[in-house]
Amino acid sequence: MSMLVSLIAVFGLVAVSYMMELVGLHTVLGIIIPYTAVLVFLGGFTYRIIDWARSPVPFKIPTTCGQQESLSWIKHNKLESPSTTGQVMARMFLEVFFFRSLFRNTKTDATEGPRLLYTSDKFLWLGGIVFHWTFLVIVLRHFRLFVEPVPGFVHLLESVDGFIQLTLPTFYMTDMVIVLVVTYLFIRRVVIPQVKYISLAADFFPLLLILAIALTGILMRYILKVNIVGVKELVHGLFALSPVIPDNLGSTAYIFYIHLFLVSSLLVYFPFSKLMHMGGVFMSPTRNLPNDSRKHRHINPWNDPNIKPHSYEAYEDDFRKVMKSVGLPLEKDVDGEEEGEK
Amino acid sequence: MYNKKAVLAGVVAFIILMTAPFWLNAGREHKKLELEKPQFEKECVEPIKWMRAGHMQLLDNWRNEAVRESKRDYTSEHFKAGHDNKKFKKSLTLTCLDCHKNKKKFCDKCHTYAGVKPYCWECHVAPEEKI
Ligand code: HEC
Ligand code: HEC
Ligand code: HEC
Ligand code: HEM
Repeated sequence: MSMLVSLIAVFGLVAVSYMMELVGLHTVLGIIIPYTAVLVFLGGFTYRIIDWARSPVPFKIPTTCGQQESLSWIKHNKLESPSTTGQVMARMFLEVFFFRSLFRNTKTDATEGPRLLYTSDKFLWLGGIVFHWTFLVIVLRHFRLFVEPVPGFVHLLESVDGFIQLTLPTFYMTDMVIVLVVTYLFIRRVVIPQVKYISLAADFFPLLLILAIALTGILMRYILKVNIVGVKELVHGLFALSPVIPDNLGSTAYIFYIHLFLVSSLLVYFPFSKLMHMGGVFMSPTRNLPNDSRKHRHINPWNDPNIKPHSYEAYEDDFRKVMKSVGLPLEKDVDGEEEGEK
Repeated sequence: MYNKKAVLAGVVAFIILMTAPFWLNAGREHKKLELEKPQFEKECVEPIKWMRAGHMQLLDNWRNEAVRESKRDYTSEHFKAGHDNKKFKKSLTLTCLDCHKNKKKFCDKCHTYAGVKPYCWECHVAPEEKI
């Protein structure tokens, strides 16, 4: 059901943009919607981050799986139990760029017995990391359309990505990989019963949307070819803040507008969806706090500063007489006879 | 808001990064691409609208057919009816660059603009650069 809803939503987006192109709403598709999408993306993203930053963190809760900093002769595991900001940043870096915690992913099988069996499962990690890196490479390669003069790193990426020099225009490996890997990530949610059970439209929709973006891009590059010079005029115009709608995109211009509309949809959808994990990873107290609670006291921001700490000593001062009268042991006796003081 | 400084620094860094194309373009005027057109010829191998997007596919077919099947003559697909001189030799340097005499001001200029670097010139030599 949720799968069907997502599929219909993506096809709906394609149909809407195709129809808008047919009736000639090029200014809307090529200028107004992209600019709006960028503003919604930046504004929404900032709002979500600030919103998270306003939530107090009552406890120090970094997730650790190694020896915390302790006595000098006990070996401290700096990455698994970081105790300084530098170590937290090192762990965060590995998390963001290499998905280190996902590498420990396990899968659960119910075997005869009945017995649960947990085994290492690296495929989700592999799929995840390949997907994110190819996505990044593709977006960076798009800078040839965004910026004039074309930055040097684009040529480096193009020559590495087109290394096998098949077909003209040169076939990019990332184009094939992103389609395969997104398909894998999608199928994973369909065939594994436990994963299917917890998958919602919010999980299927982004995958299908990204797949549709990649497929329209590939279609545009290899089959329904558009005039890239015209595209660059439009796209560079957007990024140079002097938008134009060129009329020389060719007869297949609709595929470009669909691609652009789907990308705009992704940008608008981003801040309100699980895709916010892009910013969320930095805001997670389980990841961004150092495990140094033995060195520094974590003050719960919820605490009312007017409520002063009340020590046991003060408590005994308040109730000493009553306590003595019922025979409770005291740290300090009224009569000056010290009892059990340390 | 907690950790104000760190969070704001992060948000600012994020926005600058995400708007990088705007900064990279800042202060540069948008110039329309001017290409040097052939002096005498009026038409390309195929209609110009098709050529703009499809010339690399044409070249790919030429290359394969010429090198692998030794078929070196080409008749325009789209110009067939009513045109006479629409027969060409399938050759990168001898045909394309015969009309488009200045590779630098034609092919290269457009490719620099579009951010493509065809690897053909690692082997093929453009006429004016003959050693
Ligand atoms: C109007 C602009 C323009 C002109 C002029 C032009 N090209 Fe291109 N060419 C392009 C674009 C744009 C691409 C890349 C298309 C893409 O990436 O989808 C390209 C790609 C190519 C490719 C494939 C490169 C690759 O690695 O994918 C070859 C080969 C090529 N052009 C040859 C030529 C030759 C030879 C000439 C001169 C006779 C020429 N082109 C003139 C715009 C132009
Ligand atoms: C018979 C001469 C001739 C030959 C051969 C020729 N061209 Fe052209 N080409 C032209 C002319 C003339 C134009 C400009 C047409 C116009 O402006 O209407 C042109 C235009 C183009 C354009 C579009 C430029 C633009 O303004 O967007 C490209 C790309 C191109 N040629 C590539 C090639 C390639 C690649 C080859 C080799 C396969 C080739 N041409 C062979 C004469 C030729
Ligand atoms: C590794 C060197 C090499 C590279 C790189 C190369 N070629 Fe060639 N090409 C050759 C050789 C060798 C021939 C055969 C020459 C002949 O038989 O006339 C040839 C022939 C051709 C021919 C037919 C004959 C002629 O005169 O042009 C075409 C068209 C062609 N290549 C296009 C391309 C294009 C387009 C590219 C870039 C995408 C390219 N080649 C890259 C080596 C290369
Ligand atoms: C979410 C970001 C995007 C993704 C994942 C994406 C994906 C792709 C893919 C996979 C291709 C196939 C060719 C290639 O890899 O270069 C492609 C091509 C293309 N994309 Fe995108 N795209 C994105 C954003 C954009 C934007 C913002 C624009 C323009 C405003 C754009 C315009 C184009 C064009 C014109 C092509 C054809 C390129 C060619 O013919 O060489 N894309 N896209």
